[in-house]
Amino acid sequence: MTGQPREWTVVCPLTCLDPGRGVAALVDGVQVALFRTTADLFAIDNRDPVTDTYVLSRGIVGSRGSVPTVASPLHKQAYDLRTGDCLDLPGVAVRWHEVRCRAGLVEVRLREEA
Amino acid sequence: MRKGRLVVVGNGMVGQRFVDALRDRDSNGQWRVTVLGEESRPAYDRVRLSALFDGVDPDELNLHTPDPQVRLRLGTSVTAIDRARRVVATTAGEYPYDALVLATGSSPFVPPIDGADLPGVFTYRTQDDLAAIRAHARGRRRGAVIGGGLLGLEAANALRLLGLATSVVEFAPRLMPMQVDTAGGALLRRYVEELGVACHLGVATSALHPGPDGSVAQLELADGGRVAADLVVVAAGIRPRDELARAADLPLGRQGGVLVDRTCRSADERIWAVGECAAVDGTCHGLVGPGYAMAETVADRLVGGAATVPNADTATKLKLLGVDVASFGDAHGTTPGCLDVTFTDPATRVYAKLVLSDDAQTLLGGVLVGDADAYPTLRASVGQALPAAPLALLAPAGAGTGAAALPGSTQVCSCNAVTRVDLDTAIAGGATDVPALKACTRAGTSCGSCVPMLRQLLDAAGVGQPRGLCEHFEVSRQELFDLIRIREIRTFSSLIAEYGRGAGCDICKPVVASILASLGTGHLLDGERASLQDTNDHFLANLQRDGSYSVVPRIPGGEITPEKLIVLGEVARDFALYTKITGGQRIDLLGARVEQLPQIWRRLVDAGFESGHAYGKALRTVKSCVGSTWCRYGVQDSVGLAIALELRYRGLRAPHKIKAAVSGCARECAEARGKDFGIIATDAGWNLYVGGNGGFRPRHADLFATDLTTEALVRLIDRFLMYYIRTADRLQRTAAWIEAMDGGLEHLSAVIVDDSLGLCAELDVAMARHVGSYSDEWRDVLKDPARLGRFTSFVNAPEVPDPSIRFTEERGQRVPAQAEETGSRQPVGLGLPQVRR
Repeated sequence: MTGQPREWTVVCPLTCLDPGRGVAALVDGVQVALFRTTADLFAIDNRDPVTDTYVLSRGIVGSRGSVPTVASPLHKQAYDLRTGDCLDLPGVAVRWHEVRCRAGLVEVRLREEA
Repeated sequence: MRKGRLVVVGNGMVGQRFVDALRDRDSNGQWRVTVLGEESRPAYDRVRLSALFDGVDPDELNLHTPDPQVRLRLGTSVTAIDRARRVVATTAGEYPYDALVLATGSSPFVPPIDGADLPGVFTYRTQDDLAAIRAHARGRRRGAVIGGGLLGLEAANALRLLGLATSVVEFAPRLMPMQVDTAGGALLRRYVEELGVACHLGVATSALHPGPDGSVAQLELADGGRVAADLVVVAAGIRPRDELARAADLPLGRQGGVLVDRTCRSADERIWAVGECAAVDGTCHGLVGPGYAMAETVADRLVGGAATVPNADTATKLKLLGVDVASFGDAHGTTPGCLDVTFTDPATRVYAKLVLSDDAQTLLGGVLVGDADAYPTLRASVGQALPAAPLALLAPAGAGTGAAALPGSTQVCSCNAVTRVDLDTAIAGGATDVPALKACTRAGTSCGSCVPMLRQLLDAAGVGQPRGLCEHFEVSRQELFDLIRIREIRTFSSLIAEYGRGAGCDICKPVVASILASLGTGHLLDGERASLQDTNDHFLANLQRDGSYSVVPRIPGGEITPEKLIVLGEVARDFALYTKITGGQRIDLLGARVEQLPQIWRRLVDAGFESGHAYGKALRTVKSCVGSTWCRYGVQDSVGLAIALELRYRGLRAPHKIKAAVSGCARECAEARGKDFGIIATDAGWNLYVGGNGGFRPRHADLFATDLTTEALVRLIDRFLMYYIRTADRLQRTAAWIEAMDGGLEHLSAVIVDDSLGLCAELDVAMARHVGSYSDEWRDVLKDPARLGRFTSFVNAPEVPDPSIRFTEERGQRVPAQAEETGSRQPVGLGLPQVRR
């Protein structure tokens, strides 16, 4: 799909996000998993592509080498929070989205399919 | 091709091993096998016979697995072999053979003593013997054993366990004369006498005298001494059962036994003999190891192989009356010019002797009493260069060297003839732990004494359980537990900053969360700790395949009032939850969305329910049968105990889930032996079993202690659980934990019964702290708005339920709607004929 770049959507105050944990958000009807680590914010699709279940926001956040990760709570595949790439299954990935914090509010802008 | 008819006479340990070995090899089914057994039972583990006195179920000794290709005729005595017609005659007809294998074993030798036929005099060989001894012992006070060898001491221990004051009479000047030397025998005697067993050594029994009731009452010794005993066991050795061969004019060994060559073939080329009835090159062997080697040899020969029996390994290691005794190789130093190195430590009461070749370079044999840790390495080194300096080898516990120093041809497991090369090959082929090595080589599956060496070989190959938990921590779970406990670390961030690296992962974070919970350091969802929990613990519910959760309230012991049942029904109805009865005797409510969980639990908590921890690596349930309250057969109140235990250990976080059960009688309706800890009622109290599980690799729990009072039982379980929690690996159930433990159950018993590590007081305090500080996790969540805030569907749209969770109806209940294309749920057809198109 092409066309207008999507708008930024205000999701919640930063204080709603615990470091090292995710939450689910609904942005333009799309389920997004938002994560806060010590230093960063990340947003990827909430849908676990392996099981077609909307649960990635409930995974455990961590690192593999220098890559920030979340592990699917269903079958534990790890995803790169920056790119959405699955680190355990070649060729599997989820979309990543833009996320920022302005004036204490977390905002998300959806990205189209890569 | 016509099948050969193979007849096996005898269904003891070696006979059964022979049949198993043949069936393993005979892949074309060229032999049709008939087994004729004299006892009414199929083969059982005679080596562990005494375990019956520890309360072990006879079924557990069973070695026989039914095989449709093997005809088993029990209770059938063979009366003659007709070699000309090639048939064996039995009490129930004739059986023709093309090959005949004699595995008739041996019979106890009863010396010609006056009175040896009195009532109350027994031998010690079969399950029937033990049953008769147990029956006769009832109400009697004094027992005696004639014979101070291996079997005699085992019998003496059995009599002790039956509550009899016990004496041993041995003709030789020391106990276990075949295995140990004079100094070792003297130390052994001290150990045995301290247990209250009186030893009369160097003296023969000249007669047995009856008492007024006609059964035995007294032993008369050759030196004029008298020993009072109203039960006598004769354990004076065995004699090969060679009468069939003798009657059929087969040559016998000089001291009896069917004379066979190194292929175990007798003078008649169609007749073979294995085990105790066989005299290989004239020598009979009374140990099961050499018998198994014979069984394998004949099985190989019958399918065209060229195996011969290796030199018999007469090495022995056993724990007799609580004393480690081991003897191997030329224990008595009969090799010309050999040298002894001995080590005696009166303080720790250890005696060890090595027999070396005249140049002190080659190990020939040895004796260990009091501490046999060095046995596996030493036995495997017999006939080879010493793997280390003699004193380093003998120093207790040090054992100076390990399996890694052994040459490749060394037999590590001599019960199953597995060499170091075999094991290294299996390790290279992907066996990464002891259970895997056991499965693919059979090493360690008989006497188990080589298990520590299996672990050493795994370590030496660099695959012995990697100690590090994950890339973030180089320490094991046990070490992490100790760090957190001793340093009183309370946050993951301080732990990883000091002892790890990176940001953690789905392995180390839940482990640390579990350890913090086991140590009773606060609620799961408080502060940073919430971020460590996996999703089940984070929402205190079980994630299902569709992203919904299930709810399982605790129903202690499976006992529930009608009122509470109604509440569960109402809650399930009002939230449209799917209900199912679980295997742990409670009720699973499935299909709840995250934001519904607090509402559901509000209702449940108000009705008196609490978390069942079905979502946690924690105590799940203590299942029970109805017990003596209702059941005609029940002997104890199993429900009452199950409830008490479930309430005591509820909320206890562990390396893995813990399941338990209590049965009110030996019928075992609660399936307690399939649990991590199981309790079975006896007339006198409770028997405790540990280390069972269902699942991928089902395993029966092992009997740990018998006839316990409730108080003693609870104390043992307290310690068992706390020791497990402190020392097990991540996701290691109790069965695997015990299996991986050096020394296994014996070690566990030493730690939690005898307090060998001085830990018991600490474990008791830790459990008391858990019991005292328990608080229902769900009740605590409902009281706290901050915790409740986590239970939302979308952070920016909490009023919108997750639209991806959709249901359909099946058999009157809601179940997850499946994506059409997965087609993973198909109707199940039962017994309906399929029409082929």
